[in-house]
Amino acid sequence: MDHLDELEAQSIYIFREAFARLKKLALLWSLGKDSNVMIWLARKAFFGKVPFPALHVDTGKKFPEMYHFRDRYSAEWGLDLRVEPCPPLEDIDPTLPPAARSAARKTEGLKDALAKYGFDGLIAGIRRDEEATRAKERVFSPRGTEGGWDVRDQPPEFWDQFNASPPPGAHLRIHPILHWTEADIWAYTKRENIPIIPLYLSRDGKRYRSLGDQDITFPVSSEAATIDDILHELASTKVPERAGRALDHETEDAFERLRVSGYL
Amino acid sequence: MTIAVSRLAAAVPAAARRPQVRIVIVGHVDHGKSTLVGRLLHETGSLPEGKFEMLKAVSARRGMPFEWSFLLDALQTERDQGITIDTTQIRFRTPSRDIVLIDAPGHAEFLRNMITGASQADAAVLIIDALEGVRDQTRRHGYLLHLLGVRQVAVVINKMDRVDFAKARFDEISADISAYLAEVGVTPTAIIPISARDGDGVAARTPAIAWYSGPTVVEALDALTPARPLDELALRLPVQAIYKFDDRRIIAGRIESGSLIAGDEIVIMPAGKIARIRSVESWPVTPLSTRQHAGRSVGITLDRELFLERGDIISHAQAPRDTRRLHARVFWLHEAPLKAGQSLLVRIGTKDTRATVVAIQNAVDPGELSPIGTDQIARNHVGDIEIGLAQPVAADAYADNARTGRLVIEVNGRIAGGGLVLSVDAGERADVVDIVPVESALRPDERSARYRHAGAVVWLTGLPGAGKSTLARALERRLFSRGGSPILLDGDTLRAGLNSDLGFSPRDRAENIRRLAETAAHLARNGHIAIVAAVSPAAEDRAEARRIGDDLFREVYVATSAEVCESRDPKGHYAKARSGQLAGFTGIGQDYQPPARAELTIDTAERAVIAGVDDIERMLLDTGVLFTEVSDIAANI
Ligand SMILES: Nc1nc2c(ncn2[C@@H]2O[C@H](COP(=O)(O)OP(=O)(O)O)[C@@H](O)[C@H]2O)c(=O)[nH]1
Repeated sequence: MDHLDELEAQSIYIFREAFARLKKLALLWSLGKDSNVMIWLARKAFFGKVPFPALHVDTGKKFPEMYHFRDRYSAEWGLDLRVEPCPPLEDIDPTLPPAARSAARKTEGLKDALAKYGFDGLIAGIRRDEEATRAKERVFSPRGTEGGWDVRDQPPEFWDQFNASPPPGAHLRIHPILHWTEADIWAYTKRENIPIIPLYLSRDGKRYRSLGDQDITFPVSSEAATIDDILHELASTKVPERAGRALDHETEDAFERLRVSGYL
Repeated sequence: MTIAVSRLAAAVPAAARRPQVRIVIVGHVDHGKSTLVGRLLHETGSLPEGKFEMLKAVSARRGMPFEWSFLLDALQTERDQGITIDTTQIRFRTPSRDIVLIDAPGHAEFLRNMITGASQADAAVLIIDALEGVRDQTRRHGYLLHLLGVRQVAVVINKMDRVDFAKARFDEISADISAYLAEVGVTPTAIIPISARDGDGVAARTPAIAWYSGPTVVEALDALTPARPLDELALRLPVQAIYKFDDRRIIAGRIESGSLIAGDEIVIMPAGKIARIRSVESWPVTPLSTRQHAGRSVGITLDRELFLERGDIISHAQAPRDTRRLHARVFWLHEAPLKAGQSLLVRIGTKDTRATVVAIQNAVDPGELSPIGTDQIARNHVGDIEIGLAQPVAADAYADNARTGRLVIEVNGRIAGGGLVLSVDAGERADVVDIVPVESALRPDERSARYRHAGAVVWLTGLPGAGKSTLARALERRLFSRGGSPILLDGDTLRAGLNSDLGFSPRDRAENIRRLAETAAHLARNGHIAIVAAVSPAAEDRAEARRIGDDLFREVYVATSAEVCESRDPKGHYAKARSGQLAGFTGIGQDYQPPARAELTIDTAERAVIAGVDDIERMLLDTGVLFTEVSDIAANI
């Protein structure tokens, strides 16, 4: 078994644990490279079928390529797609810095979806290597009734035994690709031939490393026009992946504050 | 904080697999664990660009001198407290190893991280401040490493800069810690003088420690041995779920150890049911014809419809034990102590069951290192417990298989502790005083008058394929035709039911024979002729069977040669054993000990079945089991 096989097997194990132990699951599909890998892994785990809904919390501000991708592949992959709109910006905490405030809309949209469908488990494609605060995450991460994350009071998780009994009203976040890195995602996408949104590949010397909303995501300079190029680029750069995300640079703890209040 | 640089190797598919070693860094608070980690990341080129500079800038902005440990303290909450909170995994590489560091800071309150970390580690680095020397936490951690089964420990004596790199001080502490570790059964793989802050001894033997000729920290890490590959152990596939998304009934799970391939005969524990793997299912390509190894998440279909459920373990003949009772060494992480008599939930692999703490022994506060009464295990303490399980589970001892030999304990839906299975008890024995045997309403002689025979155990032993079952069935027919009451007890048939909880280890084989013998003896005492057909390879086990059967016991050695048996191979077992798929198979892997004083010996290569049955019948006549004369009957009325 090579490195990717190991990652894949571990993710499949997590998917199957989540499906066995929770009643009402949904997979958060952001349309990005990570959540596409997640869907692929779910299909591997369940022999071609994704046995729970794919939830797209839609800010309405994604790139057109992303909407096109969503509509095409949700049909092709036989997904039970649920699109949940986000509340308008005016409804969001005005003390947050602009980009964080805009991202916080997503958190609110998510809360609405939770209330509407009563999911007890949300599968999210976050990775430990993305950002320092994500490093402390558990694979099964309980969220309070408000969706909040209490980093100090996390139950122990070891030996692939997960805490899967959220208290009434609370839900769990399940992170099947927590242990993957950006390079792993690309190497796997290539190996498995998973479709991607072309914005990730270089056009006119620029490409997106991470895809968020149009107004708060910026391309990085890059000549990488194929996945192989990207892997090459990653091997030689040490610039953090979320460098193109405005949110992460606003204040030292903006990201942390968002996570505590339920952002992915 | 998975600092990712090292993983980019995955982009290069040709990269050979490097052994992975999971380590913990332990030691007294402030002796320099976090500093050493920061330093190691730096020295092995594992930091993302800008991280180092960013943290330097952050320190400056806060008016603090830069600390290597800041690298680990990326969370604001941690920086506020000045301590790291949780076990996270950090990866870096030495020349020949991938090191996964399970961060375990030493603040006393966070002992649980140390424990959960160490219980997953292959090796540990124990750090000691050169100025302060061996302190209580140094000892506690050393002791815990021993308890949790971590046997490779590298000791580093840090802050050598503060003692002017004095060899004498290093020697003094070396002697101290070596003596202590020897006491708890640990031999350090190296003792290294370093300055984590300045870098001496971490990746290079600098002039300041010119007197030292041993390995650097990086070299010592490079020399660690990874855990034994799980592939080499017996197959263990805990069932995660059974899916019926289409017309396939797929049993899904991850192979924890060993390997499997379509066509394998499998045992499903704890019920002990037997089936064959029809196919290995996958997506998008299915089915898979290749062998699947430990670590893979697989799906299989079986050749028959059996009831099985999440929590069962699929194995080959060498099956885990099934039990309702476990002896385990647990570490407790919950605020409320674990008490004898308490009921809780136990998870082993994918199985969960309600359980009761039957007894607690050897509870220890790792902070005090002395036993502290045995009625409870407090938070962050360690102890041995006896657990009674509401449902039977399949499990191994930790020493035999770490994956299926460990458990977690849940209280109120939250993981509250973990434990290593020390031993698996085969069933609880009823207390002798509670047993009041009830005798049959019939006397044995009443039955023998009708059957024209006395009760007996006819025990057929011999290699697989020797012809035991054939003879046994022919004998059964013969005895029945003459009005007798023969009953066939076939070893394999009983394994499917009465003995379904037993595997093929010597201990299980012995228990299998004991049960066969007890059952057969019971029938014999009630006037029936119990015909047992069982390989029963161990002379000692058969001696026990004879003891149980006493004067009713008749042993028949079916002495067909191994070559002939293998050429017959009626169940395909020899072929499988030859190809390595059937470990511990008698006739190839395990020795058969021929009986020395059998009542009768038959070689089926030379005697036809009818002739063999004639021989047995004659023997039974000669030894007083079968009656010929009517007068004999009269005598018994
Ligand atoms: N002089 C000196 N100080 C050190 C060295 N290593 C660590 N320290 C200091 O010891 C203190 C505790 O170190 P830290 O790594 O936080 O200890 P931990 O509690 O074991 O993680 C910090 O102030 C470090 O700067 C060293 O090699 N030399």
